Amino acid sequence: MINLAEPCRPPGNFVTRLLLLLSCAFTCVAQAASENRVIVVDPYLELHTGPGRGYPIFHVVERNESVTLLRGKTDWIKLRTADGKEGWAYRDQMERTLAPSGERLRFTAQTAEDYQRRRWELGLLGGDYGGAALITIYAGYTFTPTLSAEFSASQALGDFSTATMAHLNLLSHPFPTWRYSPFFTLGAGGVRTEPRVTLVQARDRSDPTAHVGVGVRTYLTRRFIFRAEYKHHVVFTGIDERNEDIDEWKAGFAFFF
Amino acid sequence: MEGGLRILFLKRLLCGAVMVSGLSGVVRAADDAVAALDPAVERREVQTPRIDSENFELGLYAGLLSVEDFGAHAVFGVRLAYHLSEDFFVEAAYGQSDAGLTSFERLSGAARLIEEEERTMRFYNLSLGVNVLPGEAFLGARRAYANALYLIGGAGSTDFAGDERFTFNFGAGYRLLFNDWLALRLDVRDHVFDMDLLGVDETTHNLEVSGGVTVFF
Repeated sequence: MINLAEPCRPPGNFVTRLLLLLSCAFTCVAQAASENRVIVVDPYLELHTGPGRGYPIFHVVERNESVTLLRGKTDWIKLRTADGKEGWAYRDQMERTLAPSGERLRFTAQTAEDYQRRRWELGLLGGDYGGAALITIYAGYTFTPTLSAEFSASQALGDFSTATMAHLNLLSHPFPTWRYSPFFTLGAGGVRTEPRVTLVQARDRSDPTAHVGVGVRTYLTRRFIFRAEYKHHVVFTGIDERNEDIDEWKAGFAFFF
Repeated sequence: MEGGLRILFLKRLLCGAVMVSGLSGVVRAADDAVAALDPAVERREVQTPRIDSENFELGLYAGLLSVEDFGAHAVFGVRLAYHLSEDFFVEAAYGQSDAGLTSFERLSGAARLIEEEERTMRFYNLSLGVNVLPGEAFLGARRAYANALYLIGGAGSTDFAGDERFTFNFGAGYRLLFNDWLALRLDVRDHVFDMDLLGVDETTHNLEVSGGVTVFF
């Protein structure tokens, strides 16, 4: 006689585990849903038809009513009221709402304090690289308030050639709390130079480079940073055992998140 | 006499010391009472609710690009935007188009100014856009869609006829949101760059008209 009970046990265990996992997932979802419910503390909360100040206010949520947060878009948060109306509320007005447990919630956009605590930033700079128009994008990571690292990709488009570059920089910010905070940078990378096809007897070449630089950055508002910098590049061309010196000036905007 | 005074003084001193120590005991007891009450006050933590913010916009577009001297041809591209606020957004775009023959090449017959593979124009640009005139568009009596015009401009590079050229772009567009995450985009853009194909540097204006669909996430 075949014992059915014995071989059934492992799948049974599996099913139990699966059920447990599913029920856990459901409770997690339920928790997430309850997490996104808030209670209005202000006398009223205005709901706009769209995520912008120009969109008309079509509904007002009264004090002590609970609303469900659905999604965010820039400075606006989409809500659903208890009676199923959906609309957009401004982030600053949401500041005066409480979680069902009575805890205060934080909705405000980025502040100078967040800027000091930033980790990642992305930036876009334009300028001049040895007489050629320069476009740079970079991604930076802040280790400590005084030390950060960046990876940048640039293209310098000149009358006689195009240079495509990648650099890794280390930045030192000796006075990170200053309104206009200076920084010093040191880095290395590579440059690929492609002369114009209309020029004869010129070949593409790739060379290693190193640079030092100095700059200044300032926190503007929300998540924006302005920065301007000067870098001195040395391109190890290997032609006639000489190096090429190139000055770079650029300025642009960055945002942190 | 003198000894008696000294004893009196010592007595007073002792008495004072006892009083002070007694007082400090009372103060400590009061402290203890406060300490005993303290845990009853709950610490209120400020928490940030987890909301799915949809500030990125990714989309594909197709349209017509008129390359100066080379005719107008289909252009296809991809763009990724990040909305910084309700007014401003930054956008990176990449596009590609195949340019045709110049009038000179057509008339002369066999003469070719550039190689066939150099006729493919590839460009990228990084631009800043500003939303102007936001509003709602009405379709019938029951449906309203958010929409806005935007002005956009930036810089980038165009790879065409064997060379890469610094390119400015500027233009305007229209964004119509079907719902919270799907939008229709119509865009008119002028790509301005210098060409020296015929030996002389000249500034060319290359107009691009396109339409596309974008997704917010």
